[in-house]
Amino acid sequence: MADRLASWRAARPTAGGLADRLRPYRVILAARARAQLQYRASFVTDILGTVGVGLTEFAEVWIIFHNVELLGGLDFTAALLVFALSNIGFSLADMLVGHLDTLPTYIRMGQVDAFYVRPLPLLTQFMTSDISLRRVGRFAVAVVALVVALTTADVRWSAAKVVLIAVTIVSGTAIFSALFTAAGGLQFFFVDGAEFTNSMTYGGSYAAQQSQRVFPDPLRVLWTFVIPTAFVAYLPTLAILDLPGDRLAPVWLAWCSPVAALAAWLAAALCWRAGTRHYQGAGG
Amino acid sequence: MLLLVRAGFRRHSTYRLALLAGLTTNSVFGVIRASIVLAAIGSAGSAIGGYSAPMAVAFVWWGQALLGTVNLWGFQEVKERVRSGDIAVDFLRPLDPQLVYLAGDIGRAGINFVARGLPALLIGAVLFDLAWPPSPGAWLVGAASVGLAVVVAFAGNFIVSLLSFWLIEVRGIQLVWMILSGLFCGLYLPVPWFPGWLRTIADWSPWPAMLQHPLDILSGRLVGADLGLVVANQVVWAVLLLALGQVVLRAGRRRLEVQGG
Repeated sequence: MADRLASWRAARPTAGGLADRLRPYRVILAARARAQLQYRASFVTDILGTVGVGLTEFAEVWIIFHNVELLGGLDFTAALLVFALSNIGFSLADMLVGHLDTLPTYIRMGQVDAFYVRPLPLLTQFMTSDISLRRVGRFAVAVVALVVALTTADVRWSAAKVVLIAVTIVSGTAIFSALFTAAGGLQFFFVDGAEFTNSMTYGGSYAAQQSQRVFPDPLRVLWTFVIPTAFVAYLPTLAILDLPGDRLAPVWLAWCSPVAALAAWLAAALCWRAGTRHYQGAGG
Repeated sequence: MLLLVRAGFRRHSTYRLALLAGLTTNSVFGVIRASIVLAAIGSAGSAIGGYSAPMAVAFVWWGQALLGTVNLWGFQEVKERVRSGDIAVDFLRPLDPQLVYLAGDIGRAGINFVARGLPALLIGAVLFDLAWPPSPGAWLVGAASVGLAVVVAFAGNFIVSLLSFWLIEVRGIQLVWMILSGLFCGLYLPVPWFPGWLRTIADWSPWPAMLQHPLDILSGRLVGADLGLVVANQVVWAVLLLALGQVVLRAGRRRLEVQGG
């Protein structure tokens, strides 16, 4: 502990390069990861659990396509690609910042104050306060789905499409992380009403898995321009598979996912700021 | 007993903001799911698995409305009491622990139905065209079926919680239970939409008795003699699971050792 504290202090004031500045976070995250790997049986059960969750999500898509050929203009392979991209983005975000969901517990227990006295920014502390390695199960299901979808679909490959997939995964993760962070900021106001924000995070993730054409127009506008989950999977899928877009989903919009991610993060930062400003401490 | 039901009702009515938050989430998921089933039925061109568009939408919204009423997942108390040894106190009381917790859960179901279920249903009815039970008789059977679903879901969860007598951590088993019940109770999609073999598994499991059956009655898909069949199925599962719960509870009681004087 002593040497870790020492290295922490050493890393702070000089703040030479970026690597130095990130060192404390690396140390914390490594410790969290090590801790989770200690209880093997429990870790394996948890992973099987998240694989199960991923498989049920997949079962939903599969059962629908057992009954119909097309849903919202997509066939099964295209729907599988939407499922895969949205689940990859969501599971990565969930792994990195999904634990912001437990913020109300910290607030109620008065433990948030402890975060305030430490010499690191509040948000990065919360983000690194945990890393849910068990979520790797759902991620694995999504990756398998992605590989299957990309190999069975008739993709006309180009360098641009490879770049688009990479950009999509990064932006998707960023968009979902922003939703979790915005939700976290709002928890400071709700505390008991944590489920309010679930409709934004989990509801957004559920909406991201669908062909946007199943929704009525007002909802499509909402999922594209307010809570931008259409950028996570549906729009890129149109571009990757050369499908025709429509007036609310022109195919070029797929390339705008970094813009959507940036906007989402701006909103998330504002929410977080408002939340932490609002927080008065636990007293005592 | 009634007193315990009322206590459960009042206990859970304290968290008003949480109820409102739950209602919001149910409504958001209701809108998304209803959009999906409507698109699917539109794409198929006709009813799927016996569900017309209004029936399928009613199925989705009743499902969201009853999600808080039927306790499919949120059952932690008994597990914690077994682990901490507090269950010993329950054994000392003059009432059977299973009945006590069942009464509390019925009260919880009541407040959730009134404060969370009915408003969700109202939102669904305003936004979408829902099918309704065709006769007053069907409404009554539907209400009874909801009550039975609450009991079956409680009884199943109670058994899973009691496994803590033998296992240190039942989280894994709870997760498996959660995944299977979510899929097979019809929460995501109606069981009649499943491929044949998956449907057979569902038909022989207790999960449809926890949600699918009341939803089928309230969305008007089932009429006549079918109503009797599904209610009978629920009664059988309620009796079976409650009885099994008693057996497990007794076995756990013999196994329990509590430290301290």
